[in-house]
Amino acid sequence: MSDAITQTDQTATPNRVAFVTGGSRGIGLACALQLKADGFAVAVGSRSEPSELADGLLWVPLDVTDTDSVDAAFGTIEEQLGPVAVLVANAGITKDTLVLRMKEDDFTTVIDANLTGNFRVSKRAIRPMMKARWGRIILMSSVVGTMGQTGQANYSASKAGLVGLGRSLAREFASRNITVNLVAPGPIETDMLAEISDAAREAMVGAVPLGRVGTPADIAAAVSFLASDGASYITGATIPVDGGLGMGG
Amino acid sequence: MSEDNFDRLKKCAVEVLGVDADKITKEAKFADDLDADSLDLVEFVMALEEEFDVTVEEEELEGVETIGAAYDLVVGKL
Repeated sequence: MSDAITQTDQTATPNRVAFVTGGSRGIGLACALQLKADGFAVAVGSRSEPSELADGLLWVPLDVTDTDSVDAAFGTIEEQLGPVAVLVANAGITKDTLVLRMKEDDFTTVIDANLTGNFRVSKRAIRPMMKARWGRIILMSSVVGTMGQTGQANYSASKAGLVGLGRSLAREFASRNITVNLVAPGPIETDMLAEISDAAREAMVGAVPLGRVGTPADIAAAVSFLASDGASYITGATIPVDGGLGMGG
Repeated sequence: MSEDNFDRLKKCAVEVLGVDADKITKEAKFADDLDADSLDLVEFVMALEEEFDVTVEEEELEGVETIGAAYDLVVGKL
Protein backbone atom coordinates (compact mmCIF):
# COMPACT_ATOMS: atom_id res chain seq x y z
CA MET A 1 0.00 0.00 0.00
CA SER A 2 2.70 2.48 0.95
CA ASP A 3 4.60 1.55 -2.22
CA ALA A 4 1.54 2.28 -4.28
CA ILE A 5 1.23 5.70 -2.70
CA THR A 6 4.77 6.77 -3.46
CA GLN A 7 4.72 5.31 -6.95
CA THR A 8 1.47 6.79 -8.17
CA ASP A 9 1.78 10.27 -6.75
CA GLN A 10 5.07 11.90 -7.49
CA THR A 11 4.10 15.20 -5.90
CA ALA A 12 3.44 13.54 -2.58
CA THR A 13 5.79 13.97 0.28
CA PRO A 14 7.22 10.53 0.96
CA ASN A 15 5.77 10.42 4.43
CA ARG A 16 2.42 12.14 4.61
CA VAL A 17 1.04 12.96 8.03
CA ALA A 18 -2.31 11.64 9.22
CA PHE A 19 -4.10 12.88 12.33
CA VAL A 20 -6.83 10.81 13.96
CA THR A 21 -8.96 12.56 16.56
CA GLY A 22 -10.34 10.30 19.26
CA GLY A 23 -7.50 8.06 18.19
CA SER A 24 -6.41 6.51 21.46
CA ARG A 25 -8.91 3.63 21.44
CA GLY A 26 -11.66 1.86 19.55
CA ILE A 27 -12.33 2.84 15.95
CA GLY A 28 -9.89 5.77 16.07
CA LEU A 29 -7.00 3.62 17.24
CA ALA A 30 -7.72 1.00 14.58
CA CYS A 31 -7.69 3.75 11.93
CA ALA A 32 -4.41 5.13 13.29
CA LEU A 33 -2.72 1.72 13.21
CA GLN A 34 -3.98 1.00 9.70
CA LEU A 35 -2.76 4.38 8.40
CA LYS A 36 0.58 3.73 10.07
CA ALA A 37 0.77 0.39 8.25
CA ASP A 38 -0.12 2.25 5.03
CA GLY A 39 3.00 4.39 5.42
CA PHE A 40 1.65 7.56 7.01
CA ALA A 41 3.27 9.30 9.93
CA VAL A 42 0.38 9.21 12.40
CA ALA A 43 -0.68 11.40 15.30
CA VAL A 44 -3.63 10.64 17.55
CA GLY A 45 -5.46 13.12 19.74
CA SER A 46 -7.58 12.52 22.81
CA ARG A 47 -8.55 14.31 26.00
CA SER A 48 -6.63 12.06 28.37
CA GLU A 49 -3.30 10.44 27.68
CA PRO A 50 -3.70 6.72 26.93
CA SER A 51 -1.96 4.47 29.44
CA GLU A 52 -0.21 2.71 26.60
CA LEU A 53 0.10 3.57 22.97
CA ALA A 54 1.36 1.54 20.02
CA ASP A 55 4.91 2.28 18.92
CA GLY A 56 5.34 5.00 16.38
CA LEU A 57 2.14 6.92 17.08
CA LEU A 58 2.43 10.50 18.33
CA TRP A 59 -0.13 11.35 21.00
CA VAL A 60 -1.29 14.95 21.41
CA PRO A 61 -3.74 16.27 24.00
CA LEU A 62 -6.93 17.34 22.24
CA ASP A 63 -10.26 18.69 23.41
CA VAL A 64 -12.33 19.29 20.27
CA THR A 65 -14.71 21.56 22.20
CA ASP A 66 -11.87 24.04 22.72
CA THR A 67 -10.49 25.94 19.70
CA ASP A 68 -7.20 26.69 21.47
CA SER A 69 -6.69 23.03 22.26
CA VAL A 70 -7.35 22.14 18.62
CA ASP A 71 -4.86 24.76 17.47
CA ALA A 72 -2.23 23.59 19.94
CA ALA A 73 -2.66 19.96 18.86
CA PHE A 74 -2.10 20.84 15.21
CA GLY A 75 0.85 23.04 16.18
CA THR A 76 2.54 20.17 17.97
CA ILE A 77 1.97 17.79 15.06
CA GLU A 78 3.26 20.34 12.53
CA GLU A 79 6.36 20.81 14.64
CA GLN A 80 7.08 17.14 15.18
CA LEU A 81 5.79 15.42 12.05
CA GLY A 82 4.85 18.11 9.52
CA PRO A 83 1.58 19.50 8.17
CA VAL A 84 -1.45 17.22 8.41
CA ALA A 85 -2.42 15.81 5.00
CA VAL A 86 -5.06 13.35 6.16
CA LEU A 87 -7.52 14.22 8.90
CA VAL A 88 -9.68 11.48 10.36
CA ALA A 89 -12.23 13.38 12.45
CA ASN A 90 -13.42 10.60 14.66
CA ALA A 91 -13.73 12.09 18.14
CA GLY A 92 -17.23 11.77 19.52
CA ILE A 93 -19.26 11.27 22.66
CA THR A 94 -22.68 9.91 23.58
CA LYS A 95 -25.18 10.99 26.19
CA ASP A 96 -27.98 8.56 25.49
CA THR A 97 -31.41 8.99 26.97
CA LEU A 98 -34.99 9.26 25.77
CA VAL A 99 -35.93 12.71 24.52
CA LEU A 100 -38.43 13.20 27.34
CA ARG A 101 -35.58 12.83 29.79
CA MET A 102 -32.94 14.53 27.65
CA LYS A 103 -31.89 17.88 29.06
CA GLU A 104 -31.14 20.61 26.59
CA ASP A 105 -27.59 20.47 27.88
CA ASP A 106 -27.36 16.76 27.00
CA PHE A 107 -28.26 17.73 23.46
CA THR A 108 -26.01 20.75 23.00
CA THR A 109 -23.02 19.07 24.65
CA VAL A 110 -23.13 16.20 22.18
CA ILE A 111 -23.59 18.58 19.23
CA ASP A 112 -20.69 20.71 20.44
CA ALA A 113 -18.34 17.74 20.62
CA ASN A 114 -19.46 15.68 17.64
CA LEU A 115 -20.52 18.32 15.13
CA THR A 116 -19.02 21.69 16.09
CA GLY A 117 -15.91 19.86 17.29
CA ASN A 118 -15.36 18.40 13.85
CA PHE A 119 -15.96 21.81 12.31
CA ARG A 120 -13.21 23.23 14.54
CA VAL A 121 -10.80 20.45 13.66
CA SER A 122 -11.57 20.55 9.93
CA LYS A 123 -11.25 24.31 9.78
CA ARG A 124 -7.83 24.21 11.41
CA ALA A 125 -6.73 21.42 9.07
CA ILE A 126 -7.80 23.09 5.84
CA ARG A 127 -5.28 25.89 5.34
CA PRO A 128 -2.15 23.74 5.28
CA MET A 129 -3.98 21.35 2.95
CA MET A 130 -4.86 24.27 0.65
CA LYS A 131 -1.23 25.26 0.60
CA ALA A 132 -0.16 21.73 -0.22
CA ARG A 133 -2.90 21.42 -2.84
CA TRP A 134 -3.58 17.99 -1.40
CA GLY A 135 -5.71 16.92 1.50
CA ARG A 136 -8.10 14.30 2.74
CA ILE A 137 -10.71 14.83 5.40
CA ILE A 138 -12.63 11.80 6.61
CA LEU A 139 -15.48 12.45 9.01
CA MET A 140 -16.88 9.68 11.19
CA SER A 141 -20.66 9.69 10.80
CA SER A 142 -22.91 6.81 11.84
CA VAL A 143 -25.71 4.66 10.53
CA VAL A 144 -27.96 6.30 13.14
CA GLY A 145 -27.44 9.65 11.38
CA THR A 146 -29.85 8.46 8.71
CA MET A 147 -31.83 5.78 10.57
CA GLY A 148 -32.32 7.60 13.85
CA GLN A 149 -32.09 5.69 17.10
CA THR A 150 -34.26 5.60 20.16
CA GLY A 151 -32.36 7.24 23.00
CA GLN A 152 -29.88 8.92 20.67
CA ALA A 153 -31.65 12.03 19.37
CA ASN A 154 -28.59 14.14 20.20
CA TYR A 155 -26.03 11.70 18.80
CA SER A 156 -28.07 10.97 15.64
CA ALA A 157 -28.55 14.67 14.97
CA SER A 158 -24.82 15.30 15.34
CA LYS A 159 -23.95 12.43 13.00
CA ALA A 160 -26.50 13.55 10.38
CA GLY A 161 -25.13 17.08 10.69
CA LEU A 162 -21.69 15.83 9.76
CA VAL A 163 -23.00 14.79 6.35
CA GLY A 164 -24.00 18.39 5.60
CA LEU A 165 -20.71 19.67 6.98
CA GLY A 166 -18.72 17.17 4.96
CA ARG A 167 -20.52 17.81 1.70
CA SER A 168 -20.14 21.58 2.10
CA LEU A 169 -16.44 21.23 2.81
CA ALA A 170 -16.17 18.92 -0.21
CA ARG A 171 -17.65 21.61 -2.45
CA GLU A 172 -15.71 24.53 -0.97
CA PHE A 173 -12.31 22.95 -1.23
CA ALA A 174 -12.56 20.64 -4.24
CA SER A 175 -10.64 23.17 -6.32
CA ARG A 176 -7.71 22.73 -3.95
CA ASN A 177 -7.58 18.98 -4.42
CA ILE A 178 -8.95 18.36 -0.95
CA THR A 179 -11.51 15.59 -0.75
CA VAL A 180 -13.95 15.27 2.12
CA ASN A 181 -15.80 12.03 2.74
CA LEU A 182 -17.64 10.29 5.53
CA VAL A 183 -17.71 6.80 6.89
CA ALA A 184 -20.94 5.68 8.52
CA PRO A 185 -20.31 2.75 10.85
CA GLY A 186 -23.05 0.45 12.05
CA PRO A 187 -22.73 -1.35 15.39
CA ILE A 188 -19.00 -1.82 16.03
CA GLU A 189 -17.32 -3.70 18.87
CA THR A 190 -16.09 -0.77 21.00
CA ASP A 191 -16.40 0.63 24.50
CA MET A 192 -19.27 2.77 23.20
CA LEU A 193 -21.22 -0.34 22.23
CA ALA A 194 -20.32 -2.16 25.46
CA GLU A 195 -22.47 0.37 27.31
CA ILE A 196 -25.75 -0.90 25.89
CA SER A 197 -27.77 -3.74 27.40
CA ASP A 198 -27.53 -7.34 26.19
CA ALA A 199 -31.12 -7.27 25.00
CA ALA A 200 -30.59 -4.09 22.97
CA ARG A 201 -27.43 -5.57 21.55
CA GLU A 202 -29.19 -8.76 20.51
CA ALA A 203 -31.95 -6.81 18.82
CA MET A 204 -29.39 -4.70 17.01
CA VAL A 205 -27.41 -7.67 15.71
CA GLY A 206 -30.68 -9.28 14.63
CA ALA A 207 -31.36 -6.27 12.41
CA VAL A 208 -27.97 -6.41 10.69
CA PRO A 209 -28.21 -8.38 7.42
CA LEU A 210 -24.68 -9.71 7.86
CA GLY A 211 -25.71 -10.91 11.32
CA ARG A 212 -22.81 -9.67 13.37
CA VAL A 213 -21.31 -6.64 15.02
CA GLY A 214 -18.47 -5.08 13.05
CA THR A 215 -14.90 -4.60 14.23
CA PRO A 216 -12.86 -1.39 14.40
CA ALA A 217 -10.69 -2.92 11.65
CA ASP A 218 -13.73 -2.96 9.34
CA ILE A 219 -13.95 0.82 9.70
CA ALA A 220 -10.20 1.30 9.41
CA ALA A 221 -10.22 -0.48 6.05
CA ALA A 222 -12.69 2.05 4.63
CA VAL A 223 -10.74 4.97 6.10
CA SER A 224 -7.53 3.56 4.65
CA PHE A 225 -9.11 3.42 1.21
CA LEU A 226 -10.45 6.98 1.41
CA ALA A 227 -6.98 8.21 2.41
CA SER A 228 -5.32 6.39 -0.48
CA ASP A 229 -4.63 7.70 -3.97
CA GLY A 230 -7.12 5.17 -5.26
CA ALA A 231 -9.89 7.32 -3.76
CA SER A 232 -8.80 10.57 -5.40
CA TYR A 233 -12.03 10.89 -7.47
CA ILE A 234 -14.35 10.40 -4.49
CA THR A 235 -15.57 13.43 -2.57
CA GLY A 236 -18.70 14.27 -0.59
CA ALA A 237 -19.50 10.57 -0.29
CA THR A 238 -20.68 8.61 2.70
CA ILE A 239 -19.44 5.03 2.81
CA PRO A 240 -21.62 2.81 4.98
CA VAL A 241 -19.73 0.12 6.90
CA ASP A 242 -22.64 -1.39 8.75
CA GLY A 243 -23.24 -4.96 7.67
CA GLY A 244 -26.13 -3.71 5.55
CA LEU A 245 -28.05 -2.28 8.50
CA GLY A 246 -28.69 1.11 6.94
CA MET A 247 -29.01 0.20 3.30
CA GLY A 248 -31.39 2.35 1.34
CA GLY A 249 -31.06 5.19 3.87
CA MET B 1 6.64 54.25 3.83
CA SER B 2 3.75 53.49 1.49
CA GLU B 3 6.16 51.78 -0.92
CA ASP B 4 7.14 49.65 2.03
CA ASN B 5 3.56 48.62 2.62
CA PHE B 6 3.09 47.74 -1.02
CA ASP B 7 6.15 45.52 -0.89
CA ARG B 8 4.72 43.74 2.11
CA LEU B 9 1.45 43.21 0.28
CA LYS B 10 3.34 42.04 -2.78
CA LYS B 11 5.17 39.45 -0.73
CA CYS B 12 1.83 38.08 0.55
CA ALA B 13 0.42 38.01 -2.97
CA VAL B 14 3.40 36.14 -4.37
CA GLU B 15 3.24 33.63 -1.56
CA VAL B 16 -0.49 33.04 -1.45
CA LEU B 17 -1.44 33.46 -5.10
CA GLY B 18 1.70 31.85 -6.48
CA VAL B 19 2.30 34.49 -9.18
CA ASP B 20 5.42 36.42 -10.21
CA ALA B 21 6.11 39.62 -8.29
CA ASP B 22 6.10 41.75 -11.47
CA LYS B 23 2.47 40.81 -12.11
CA ILE B 24 1.46 42.39 -8.80
CA THR B 25 0.51 45.94 -9.80
CA LYS B 26 -2.23 48.11 -8.34
CA GLU B 27 -4.21 47.67 -11.54
CA ALA B 28 -3.93 43.87 -11.58
CA LYS B 29 -7.34 42.19 -11.40
CA PHE B 30 -7.61 39.08 -9.25
CA ALA B 31 -9.77 37.09 -11.62
CA ASP B 32 -8.51 38.24 -15.03
CA ASP B 33 -4.84 38.96 -14.45
CA LEU B 34 -3.90 36.79 -11.51
CA ASP B 35 -6.13 33.79 -12.11
CA ALA B 36 -7.33 33.99 -8.51
CA ASP B 37 -10.74 32.69 -7.45
CA SER B 38 -12.83 33.61 -4.41
CA LEU B 39 -10.97 31.14 -2.22
CA ASP B 40 -7.65 32.68 -3.27
CA LEU B 41 -8.97 36.12 -2.40
CA VAL B 42 -10.06 35.00 1.07
CA GLU B 43 -6.67 33.39 1.63
CA PHE B 44 -4.89 36.51 0.40
CA VAL B 45 -6.89 38.78 2.69
CA MET B 46 -6.22 36.44 5.63
CA ALA B 47 -2.50 36.70 4.87
CA LEU B 48 -2.80 40.50 4.76
CA GLU B 49 -4.66 40.53 8.07
CA GLU B 50 -1.77 38.65 9.59
CA GLU B 51 0.94 40.71 7.92
CA PHE B 52 -0.58 44.10 8.77
CA ASP B 53 -2.33 43.08 11.97
CA VAL B 54 -5.72 44.37 10.85
CA THR B 55 -9.19 42.84 10.65
CA VAL B 56 -11.16 42.84 7.42
CA GLU B 57 -14.87 42.10 7.60
CA GLU B 58 -16.58 39.87 5.06
CA GLU B 59 -18.73 42.76 3.75
CA GLU B 60 -15.69 44.92 3.07
CA LEU B 61 -14.48 42.45 0.45
CA GLU B 62 -17.53 43.22 -1.67
CA GLY B 63 -16.28 44.81 -4.89
CA VAL B 64 -12.60 44.30 -4.17
CA GLU B 65 -11.42 43.21 -7.59
CA THR B 66 -7.92 44.58 -7.90
CA ILE B 67 -4.68 44.52 -5.95
CA GLY B 68 -5.03 48.29 -5.58
CA ALA B 69 -8.45 47.98 -3.98
CA ALA B 70 -7.15 45.39 -1.53
CA TYR B 71 -4.18 47.64 -0.79
CA ASP B 72 -6.38 50.67 -0.12
CA LEU B 73 -8.68 48.61 2.10
CA VAL B 74 -5.86 47.29 4.26
CA VAL B 75 -3.69 50.41 4.37
CA GLY B 76 -6.77 52.48 5.21
CA LYS B 77 -6.94 50.56 8.46
CA LEU B 78 -3.36 51.24 9.58
